Amino acid sequence: MSVIDISPEHGLTLSQAEILHGERRIIGPVSLTVPPGEVVTVMGPSGCGKSSLLALICGTLDPALSGRGRVLLNGEDVSARPPEARHVGILFQDDLLFPHLSVAGNLAFGLPPSVRGRKARRERIEAALAEADMLAFYDRDPTTLSGGQRARIALLRTLLSQPRALLLDEPFAKLDVALRARFRSFVFDHARAQGLPTLLVTHDPQDAAAAGGPRLQIDADGRILGARPAGRGHRPGGLP
Amino acid sequence: MHRRGLLRFLPGLTLALFLAPVIAGLIGTWLPAFGYFPSLGGDTFSLAPWTTLFAQPGLAESLRLTLISGFLATVSAFLLTVIFLAACHGGRLILAVRGLMAPLIAVPHAAVALGLAFLIAPSGWLVRLVSPWATGWDLPPDVATVQDANGLALTLGLIIKEVPFLLLMTLAALEQVRAEERLAVARSLGYGPVTAWLKAVLPAVYRQIRLPLYAVLAYALSVVDMALILAPLTPPPLAVQVLRWFNDPDLSMRFVAAAGACLQLLIVIAGIGLWRLGEVAAEGLGRAWIAGGRRGGDGRLPRLVAAGLVQGLVALAAAGLLGLALWSVTRRWRYPDAWPSSLSLDTWAHQAPSLLAITGTTLVTGLAAAAIALLLALGCLENEQRRGLTLSNRVLWLLYVPLLVPQVAFLFGAQVLAIQTGIDATWIALVWSHLLFVLPYVFLTLGDPYRALDERYARTALCLGARPNRVFWQVKLPMLLRPVLFALAVGFAVSVTQYLPTLFAGGGRFATLTTEAVGLSAGGDRRVMGVYAFLQALLPLLAFAAALALPKPLALRRKLRIQAA
Repeated sequence: MSVIDISPEHGLTLSQAEILHGERRIIGPVSLTVPPGEVVTVMGPSGCGKSSLLALICGTLDPALSGRGRVLLNGEDVSARPPEARHVGILFQDDLLFPHLSVAGNLAFGLPPSVRGRKARRERIEAALAEADMLAFYDRDPTTLSGGQRARIALLRTLLSQPRALLLDEPFAKLDVALRARFRSFVFDHARAQGLPTLLVTHDPQDAAAAGGPRLQIDADGRILGARPAGRGHRPGGLP
Repeated sequence: MHRRGLLRFLPGLTLALFLAPVIAGLIGTWLPAFGYFPSLGGDTFSLAPWTTLFAQPGLAESLRLTLISGFLATVSAFLLTVIFLAACHGGRLILAVRGLMAPLIAVPHAAVALGLAFLIAPSGWLVRLVSPWATGWDLPPDVATVQDANGLALTLGLIIKEVPFLLLMTLAALEQVRAEERLAVARSLGYGPVTAWLKAVLPAVYRQIRLPLYAVLAYALSVVDMALILAPLTPPPLAVQVLRWFNDPDLSMRFVAAAGACLQLLIVIAGIGLWRLGEVAAEGLGRAWIAGGRRGGDGRLPRLVAAGLVQGLVALAAAGLLGLALWSVTRRWRYPDAWPSSLSLDTWAHQAPSLLAITGTTLVTGLAAAAIALLLALGCLENEQRRGLTLSNRVLWLLYVPLLVPQVAFLFGAQVLAIQTGIDATWIALVWSHLLFVLPYVFLTLGDPYRALDERYARTALCLGARPNRVFWQVKLPMLLRPVLFALAVGFAVSVTQYLPTLFAGGGRFATLTTEAVGLSAGGDRRVMGVYAFLQALLPLLAFAAALALPKPLALRRKLRIQAA
């Protein structure tokens, strides 16, 4: 079942993706394309397999589950690759900053080794921090940061890894209301500026509204209920 | 991929490493038990070893001692653990006791036994403290308080060692069964605190501590080092008697020893079977008791009794260790003085040369066994996670095999195997023999924290482009630094405490602090015993202290290094 057209040359494309637990289907089949710079929102109740869908794209699907279908990044089929070779960034509800590393250590972990030399690496990290107004936090222990600051560092870490797509697994759910709006636009602005195809999983309609892109509704049994084009005159990426 | 392939074989290799010697050792013990042992001229099978065994004078007495101390110690330790946890649940005492349990578990059995002996012997510290002003004893009273005819001193020693182990295992199990919720429900239905715990929590917890309990019973029924110090020796409990037969200059006694070792195994199997029957009976009675709906009282009496007993045990162990330390620096301590009349470091100085060598052997063996066990355990756990496997109950049973099978029942056969493969009395044999017992504990210690680490950290790192090996070294290992070091300390402590494996696999060529302390206990110079036993207790304690203190500086260095990279 295809609810969204596939134009696989650019962006993130799922083709007939489904996830099974033994013989039982958890979610899918779903086909969609997220064009560069676009945010597609997948909405559904908890337990409907949204997170597993993201794990399928990352290549970190629970071995107890099996995935089918193809994942394409900029036209390349990455379905068979290990997660570290896919270049798909993911943000979870928790920031998951490594507690044994400093802020800069966390960012350096994300920065690919192709950026060589201590100086060059430091400059890249400092530039990223400065751009988020967090340069002073370079040497800080992440546990001393506020929730909003940690969330921003987590996004910077992901962006520094030079991903080709961004997956968001309810990353705003644990932030308080005021912070949520600010971090949301922080994430979406960065994703658009870098031209990242972004897939947002949430059950909060406000997240979806802020994302502005097309929405995909999933019911509790993992069935795709249908797609709604973006509201508010936003460019309807990849929709019929 | 090459490395992934290697990891895949690790669980099999690990199982083989610690199960093969046990199985081969059992076979190598059962064959001589039925007369087959070609190198000693036994070419045909016969029942002669068994008839000789059953004709041995004192066998019945040995069995009586074994059964009394084994069952009495296990039942008492279990009941005390359960009643203490039920009566003191949520109290401050549990927290305090919990902190003390790890060091108590770390102290080797032999050191606890010697400390206890120094304390409760007729000429021991307790009598000295109250003599002669309270007792009028100018000479040590003529009662056997150590090596008593019923093995009660041994039973007490076993209880001191086993209660901490059972307490820790049960406390860990409590977290898994969501005890707080169960208790809250039962209390709100009007049940008293102890009754609520026994009726609503114990049935769930018991399932989790069944295996550790069996291991305790198996150990208590077949203990050798503590028995050599605390149990009567004419005749001794069965396991000690079997060891004596193995060491008999008359080589034909090896057949009898092998039969005795097999009898020891049968006793442990029967003992566990009997315990299982007890479980079934208790379950039936328990159901009826729960269905009866009696709410129970406020639990003040059990709280007083259990708390007093547990504190008493801790005090005994601590005083015993203090006694060892005191004796090691004693120059003169005449009976019935409460304190030594003069102190000196002479004993330490005299023993220094051999002490250094023996401590070296202990350290090397312990660190090697613990490090190998840690590598294997980490490899197996990482393989389990990468392949999404979950450890089944059956594998858990396999882990417990070296803890359930009495050492004396297979070490002789394993030694025969070692001689045939030419590794007898080498470092390989020594470390390997320790590994059999170190590995299960390291695995059990590390397994829960390893599996509890939020898997999304690893997923995030993978999605940032890190390979699985880098994720292991730079994310999982540093985050698990504390439990990893703790597991290492546990492994080291388990190795230090080993007595029989060192004797058998070392072929008499290796002396550790444990073999030395136990060997000296037959002699009589308490000052020398104090030196060896105190150092034996000190090493594992230092290991635990290091495991607690090291993570901070290590983590700091790591942080700096990663930033520089």
